[in-house]
Amino acid sequence: MAETKPKPKLNKKAVEMAKQEPKVRAKNFSEVALGYTEEEAQEEANRCLQCPKPQCVTGCPVEVPIPAFIKCIKEKNYAEGIATIKSKNALPAVCGRVCPQEEQCQKKCVISKIGEPVSIGRLERYLADWELKHGSQMPPKTPPTGKKVAIVGAGPAGLTAAADLVKLGHGVTMFEALHVGGGVLMYGIPEFRLPKAIVQNEVNYVQKLGVDLRLGNLVGRIHTIPELMENGYEAVFIGSGAGLPQFIGCPGENLGGIYSANEFLIRVNLMKAFQFPEFDTPIRIGKHVVVIGGGNVAMDCARSSLRLGSEVCLLYRRSRDELPARQEEIENAEEEGIVCKFLAAPLEFYGDEKGWVKSMRCIAMELCEPDAKGRRSVKQIPGSEFTMDVDTVIIAIGQTPNPIIQRTTGGLQSDPRHGTICVDELGKTSLDGVYAGGDVATGAATVISAMGAGKRAAKAMHEYLSSKK
Amino acid sequence: MYKIVNKTELAPKIKLFEVEAPDVAVKAQPGQFLIVIHGKAGERVPLTICGYDAKKGTVSFAFHEVGKTTKSFGCLSEGDCIDNVTGPLGNPSEVKNFGKVLCVGGSVMIAPLLLQVKAFKEAGNQVTTVLGARTEEFIMMEDEAKTLSDRVYVATDDGTKGFKGLGFLRDLLKTEKFDRCVVMGPVILMKDVSEITKPYNIPTIVTLTPIMIDGMGMCGVCRVTVDGKMMFGCVDGPEFDGHKTNFDELVLRQRTMLPEERLSSLLWEMSGGCKCGRNKA
Repeated sequence: MAETKPKPKLNKKAVEMAKQEPKVRAKNFSEVALGYTEEEAQEEANRCLQCPKPQCVTGCPVEVPIPAFIKCIKEKNYAEGIATIKSKNALPAVCGRVCPQEEQCQKKCVISKIGEPVSIGRLERYLADWELKHGSQMPPKTPPTGKKVAIVGAGPAGLTAAADLVKLGHGVTMFEALHVGGGVLMYGIPEFRLPKAIVQNEVNYVQKLGVDLRLGNLVGRIHTIPELMENGYEAVFIGSGAGLPQFIGCPGENLGGIYSANEFLIRVNLMKAFQFPEFDTPIRIGKHVVVIGGGNVAMDCARSSLRLGSEVCLLYRRSRDELPARQEEIENAEEEGIVCKFLAAPLEFYGDEKGWVKSMRCIAMELCEPDAKGRRSVKQIPGSEFTMDVDTVIIAIGQTPNPIIQRTTGGLQSDPRHGTICVDELGKTSLDGVYAGGDVATGAATVISAMGAGKRAAKAMHEYLSSKK
Repeated sequence: MYKIVNKTELAPKIKLFEVEAPDVAVKAQPGQFLIVIHGKAGERVPLTICGYDAKKGTVSFAFHEVGKTTKSFGCLSEGDCIDNVTGPLGNPSEVKNFGKVLCVGGSVMIAPLLLQVKAFKEAGNQVTTVLGARTEEFIMMEDEAKTLSDRVYVATDDGTKGFKGLGFLRDLLKTEKFDRCVVMGPVILMKDVSEITKPYNIPTIVTLTPIMIDGMGMCGVCRVTVDGKMMFGCVDGPEFDGHKTNFDELVLRQRTMLPEERLSSLLWEMSGGCKCGRNKA
């Protein structure tokens, strides 16, 4: 009689990842989540069933061969593991930290039907951090095609497109308007969620692949897209992001102490104002901060304010169920002591004699029936006005694409309402050889969706360049 | 890296740098500005373009040493390199033949004003230039102004040189008609000149200098109110209609980080300031 192997019992619970204690981390800018140890990574990797038809991969916008890299972890073959990820994803240390895996790969994991899915993101981060310690390996060089391409913007979409195109042998120049590469990974996402040294390491990797990164070079002002094409770039990818802040439009919004989320985050993250006066860019923040909005950017602003020593209230016009932020970020924020005030919106800001905000008038809101898309709109409740004392307000109600490129590129079709560049499913714009992707095409979305768009566009650009004589 | 090929002291604590920036030099136009960054901990400083030479591949800007960053810029010498010069940013000035143009510049902004004077002159205008400052020692580039303009007036707040205050301008406008006025300088100067020209309906263009960080539309710190609407100094400007600009709000917004700026400057001085000893140039 054949001996039957006892089936290993599947642990329905994922291995937890250690975090800094809420009380401790609320006072520092160091990374909150600490990453797996080798033992923890092994234990979690062993939960993966190595499905023959892996569903997780279908949930990944950049098609990372997930079971294959997890198998490498099981076998302690970490170098091959990270190479496996990097065959599809040039920025694993970033994605392992900020991707909403719970809505993507992990949502599709078969184990999620009976328990917690495999923590794919944490395992990806484990390998990326392993590589940081052990040094990165470069993929073999491809013979040059002799074709030149330009990438506009060194954010997640641009970095991904650049990495894929250079690996195919094209000559890639990446133009970045800011004085450092990384885009929103540098100016937007805070240090405690995504350390800037890690971002710079990923940017350096893309440069080491052979991408020529030109910093402080604003396309549209130095070279326009048509000029780039005249200068021998046969294809252009626009990944200029959604950098234009939106304001509420209520009276008093130009008072001192009222920041757009972008200003606040650019000061704190990109310019390192949390280390002022060691760093030259200051931030002035009061004791009572109100952050207006409910997305991930609002959470980042709220948690950064807390770390700068303030009491923080998040004001959101819908209810908790409609918060667009990631669940994990909401939990982190509340654990740290952020107070949420739901169903309320600002009407007017009042200032002191020096023009600094001192209070705000708000109104309570109520939810209406869901519309055709299932989104519940809100309306003001008459007579429900109230006043709050504040000394700092951060407006985090969204960003739209920067219009400089659209204005300086004749024939480039864009959506007049949202300011986004119109593209087809491959990222092709209305101009021959010009592609776009990421927030500039979709409006503000996630890092990984921008990376997916960069990847699809790179593939389409490669086909376009190959078909061109 | 952007090498400083020329450093000139225009007035006490006001310096002009000509730096190598070939890409910027080709595209720069009067009215536009640069973002200058130096040092790992440096801030992004917006400075109006004062000149450019596409052939030489250089662009120049002037700065007044008032805070830590500008004081440390002042310590740099010819041959030193600046980490980053981004630009040209903002919209170029509208330059065409308007007829008679009145150009008013105050202290450090006299340098970029003369670039406009030159452009207006080349476009066929008759140009009257007014150089203003608090006191005599900050009246700069007078010879250049005389060469470039049809007529030059000088005025100081304390009357140590030229006219005392702007009263002469009120008198001038009583008898003479201008088709356009441009003002570059401190907010109070732009506000006062705009008030003087308003009764005569002289289109008056002011160059606003709100606080900026990225300088390309991202942060919104440079928002100003013009004609009751929110505008961004960096991408909608930097030039606006002086008759419709809310200058009082601009002054308050410029001062929002003043305590921090003072602290930064004080700490720099206390730590020995410029240690290179070259700050005399």
